[in-house]
Amino acid sequence: MTFTIAGEKKEYDEGTTLTTLIEKEKIDNPDYVTVTINDEFIDRDAFATTEIKEGDAVEFLYFMGGGAI
Amino acid sequence: MSDIKLIMKKEDYDIILEHCRKGLPNEACGLLAGTVEGNVKTVTKVYLLNNIDESNEHFSMDPKEQFAALKDARANGVGLIGNFHSHPESPSRPSEEDKRLSFDPTFEYLILSLQEPDNPVLKAFEVDKEKNVYVHEIEYV
Repeated sequence: MTFTIAGEKKEYDEGTTLTTLIEKEKIDNPDYVTVTINDEFIDRDAFATTEIKEGDAVEFLYFMGGGAI
Repeated sequence: MSDIKLIMKKEDYDIILEHCRKGLPNEACGLLAGTVEGNVKTVTKVYLLNNIDESNEHFSMDPKEQFAALKDARANGVGLIGNFHSHPESPSRPSEEDKRLSFDPTFEYLILSLQEPDNPVLKAFEVDKEKNVYVHEIEYV
């Protein structure tokens, strides 16, 4: 199965879930990552059950924030 | 001082300054699109985002606004190369929280201090994975 992450082509087995993808792509600090698939935001609670499909466009967005202290 | 240089149009600096002043007393934030060629990073567009924390000591970007900026930058053939936020009452240097929440060592993290209202200070920082901080020169064109 072929899909893209940040526009880059990737090959994974059918049935790959977001949780697996995050592990295999070695995404640092996954608790701070928001995911979109085909422009739709995916609830964190659904990462384990959301399967990537052929042709999907996946994006990982890191939380951006901070403080003055 | 690292040998990485950030090139920014004076107009973009003015846009950031105005956004941060309008956001007072709270912190303001935004994103920078641009190009990277060797050690030179060039800002091509500034995105003004809302600080969803509405706080003078913290900021968080809205992921939907982040994503919209990312898509716009890609549509323009560039990428997101950094972000900025203001420190209304403290100097232009990454706080411990800023460092902890800096996840991308290739990103430019700009902080505009408005501690002295008539003397705003904008600095660009790199934060590596070990949370070491490096100052990058900003060249205005």
